[in-house]
Amino acid sequence: MIRERYLNMMVLALLVLVPAYAVLMDEPFTITLATRAVIFALAGVGLNLALGQGGLVSFGHAAYFGMGGYAMGILASHAQNYEPLMEVPFVIEGTNSMPVIWLVAIVASALLALLIGALSLRTTGVYFIMVTLAFGQMFYYFTISWPAYGGEDGLSIYVRNQFPGLNTLDPIQFYGICFVLLLAVLYGVNRLNKSPFGLALNGAHQNEERALTVGINVYRLRLVAFVISGAITGLAGALFADLNRFVSPTMFSWGVSGEIMIFIILGGVARLFGPVVGAAVYIMLEHFLGGLSEYWFIYLGVILLFVVLFAKGGIIGGLSKKETRHAG
Amino acid sequence: MTTILLIEQVLNGLQFGVMLFLMAAGLTLIFGVMGLINLAHGSLYMIGAFAAAAVAAWTGNFLLALMASLIVAAIAGAIIELTVIRRLYDRDHLDQVLATFALILIFSEATRWVFGSFPLFLNIPDALKGTIILPGGIEYSLYRLTIILIGLAVAVGLFLLISKTRVGMRIRAGENDREMIGALGVDISVLYTMVFALGAALAGLSGALVGAIQSVEVGMGEPVLILAFVVIVIGGIGSIKGALAGAILVGLTDTLGRTMLPVIFGTFMEASSATTVGSALASMLIYILMAGVLLFKPTGLFGKA
Amino acid sequence: MPDSILSVRNIEKSFGALKASDGISLDLVAGEIHALIGPNGAGKSTLIKQIAGGLKPDSGSVAFMGRDVTAKSTAQRARLGLGRTFQISALAMQYSVLENAVLGAVGQSGSVFQFFRPAMKDPALLARARRALDRVGLQDHEDIITSELSHGQRRQLEVAVALTLEPKAFLMDEPMAGMGAEGSRELTTFLQELKHEAPILLVEHDMDAVFACADRISVLVYGQIIATGSVDEIRSNPQVRVAYLGEEEPV
Repeated sequence: MIRERYLNMMVLALLVLVPAYAVLMDEPFTITLATRAVIFALAGVGLNLALGQGGLVSFGHAAYFGMGGYAMGILASHAQNYEPLMEVPFVIEGTNSMPVIWLVAIVASALLALLIGALSLRTTGVYFIMVTLAFGQMFYYFTISWPAYGGEDGLSIYVRNQFPGLNTLDPIQFYGICFVLLLAVLYGVNRLNKSPFGLALNGAHQNEERALTVGINVYRLRLVAFVISGAITGLAGALFADLNRFVSPTMFSWGVSGEIMIFIILGGVARLFGPVVGAAVYIMLEHFLGGLSEYWFIYLGVILLFVVLFAKGGIIGGLSKKETRHAG
Repeated sequence: MTTILLIEQVLNGLQFGVMLFLMAAGLTLIFGVMGLINLAHGSLYMIGAFAAAAVAAWTGNFLLALMASLIVAAIAGAIIELTVIRRLYDRDHLDQVLATFALILIFSEATRWVFGSFPLFLNIPDALKGTIILPGGIEYSLYRLTIILIGLAVAVGLFLLISKTRVGMRIRAGENDREMIGALGVDISVLYTMVFALGAALAGLSGALVGAIQSVEVGMGEPVLILAFVVIVIGGIGSIKGALAGAILVGLTDTLGRTMLPVIFGTFMEASSATTVGSALASMLIYILMAGVLLFKPTGLFGKA
Repeated sequence: MPDSILSVRNIEKSFGALKASDGISLDLVAGEIHALIGPNGAGKSTLIKQIAGGLKPDSGSVAFMGRDVTAKSTAQRARLGLGRTFQISALAMQYSVLENAVLGAVGQSGSVFQFFRPAMKDPALLARARRALDRVGLQDHEDIITSELSHGQRRQLEVAVALTLEPKAFLMDEPMAGMGAEGSRELTTFLQELKHEAPILLVEHDMDAVFACADRISVLVYGQIIATGSVDEIRSNPQVRVAYLGEEEPV
């Protein structure tokens, strides 16, 4: 058995070594796969905060992923067409600066998570799952029926957005950006999990009554966690859109919510690196099984079923012995 | 907008509503009795539609096709209950969601593998083609009217089953207290399989009936599943009455919203943007309805406090 | 009452046709252990929920430390200093003993929305948590995972978590349940000491324990308090003997 911390180190090492190897071997496709894995990992880290630490089974995180994607798509398309976003009462121009887009994506998905969370957290259990799923689907239909930004066909951005001092079109440089963002978020979430906020969030997950009777406003606690969770997933959405240079309503679909959840369960629920391992394994399965069979989702379904029924700790749980616990 | 058009849309809404009811009733029953959230319910809907399309193509008989949808979906339901679902009753909701999500992946891809990616078509039987003149001179599709009647008949049947029969008594007992039902000497695992198969059969029937209006294709089940969730949230979980009320409400709201909102916006907006704004808003209307119910009655209209 | 810490006035609560609280008034005064007893289904837990904040009465009021708290939530009442323990231990079972106590300290200090400093390295939180664990005698068990504690130790930890709030009053739901005779005696001694800091409203089934430690007893039957008084008064009250202790009225 390996200590979870060493396992995490190994995962990070792989995330550095594999792309480095790909650069040496001149295999840009491998770098693109790694970039996808890192972006999915980021989305999963976001959901894991709500789902793993808080016990909030949101089946609607595609809403924030899509919101981040459209934040990028809308800002960049206006910049690309030289049309201001709005002129009255003041002029807002589009932009192709990544940091600005990230900020907008984070704020927009946080606001959306605030709205959806405020309503959904009035319910618990199965209701919460159904309600978050339904609100996610609402944005899917909305983007399909709203023609201004491509409607059902989506929106193509022809040039990748800019980051000061870097050539974002170079796969490895874009990978670097995504990887550093993932590291920063992992660091932040790790601090968060150990903070009084994280202690209370996970404590309320384990026993809500206890959290209430020590004077914690559990609703507000969960809402804040939900908002942070949505914001992180929104950032991932903006990066994903930039990777593909394309956004479409598919980013909002319920299947995306399910996929983000799969990353977590494959890697290990409530473990810091669970979504990272899960996303990497998912990308590998997609690549190798997808190469074997057009119908690789059958295999994915069987694997997922097996993990849920028989291997609850996910991959990290199988490889390391440590209990899923908040601190320590 | 004419009154006749309006009444036609109300009937369409009703038809949509009773189809949602067939889905929601099974979901809510399964949740009420076994405490399980089943995402694969949409797959059972799809299986019913494909079974009907295959049998209709083979025999040319619509009635046989409907029977096939009921039987095949019930059998598929019983099989997954026996192999997977019953391992999930004591698990938390996250496990239930993930395992039944895995079932969706398996069912969808397996169906694509067997039938291909192209939609199948299920024709409306000749006897039900065309329209009928309703009292008041309203012309309406005979097939859709038949769907409404079938849906209402199923609703009545379910109420009778649950309130009047021995099986229904056991179902109600199971909802209230699982130990009590064991004490009644009922083999609980058989009851669970039966309830699950019943829910599956209703979903399959619904899929077949709708399949004749729309196309039969992979992925047809999940949008309906999510709408059925909205129905359950609005109606209150575990309540058949709530499922019926919620389904009719959602069916009417959605159908009328799509016709009326562009018209209403047209009264004060320019025509093309009224259509855009109206239909975009209409696509969100039932979710806004759900949000309203959550604000004022988080446990649903007929839910227990 | 003059030095009433907690006062319940004319609380009514119905569930359909069932009147679970039928005009209940009750006072918890400084320095006392006030036991609430009554047969099953008398409405004890409904009353406790209304006092603690999980349930809103149809009418009537609850005042705590002279403030009307009827409209306040469970968390708000806890922050005002209403400490609570449960019949079935309400603890974060995967947390260590110390983490549970720190959770209480986090609630007490209002530091829930601090996102960056590790809670388990915060000297103020740790000091408060350890003080509470000391008092119940769990200081040597702080690293044990709560789910591995014995039943009696969980009870102690419940009290410790409540203590981190420095409560002005305690609400204890059957704290003796499942404790052996020895444990019960120790706990009784501890509560006798604790009541001078904050009075205790105690719901308890164990009659011997109630008679041994309560200063006053209220008897709840069918949603009404039929008697309140000292142990002796309650023992000799004929109404109580009929309604609760199941004796026939002497002819």
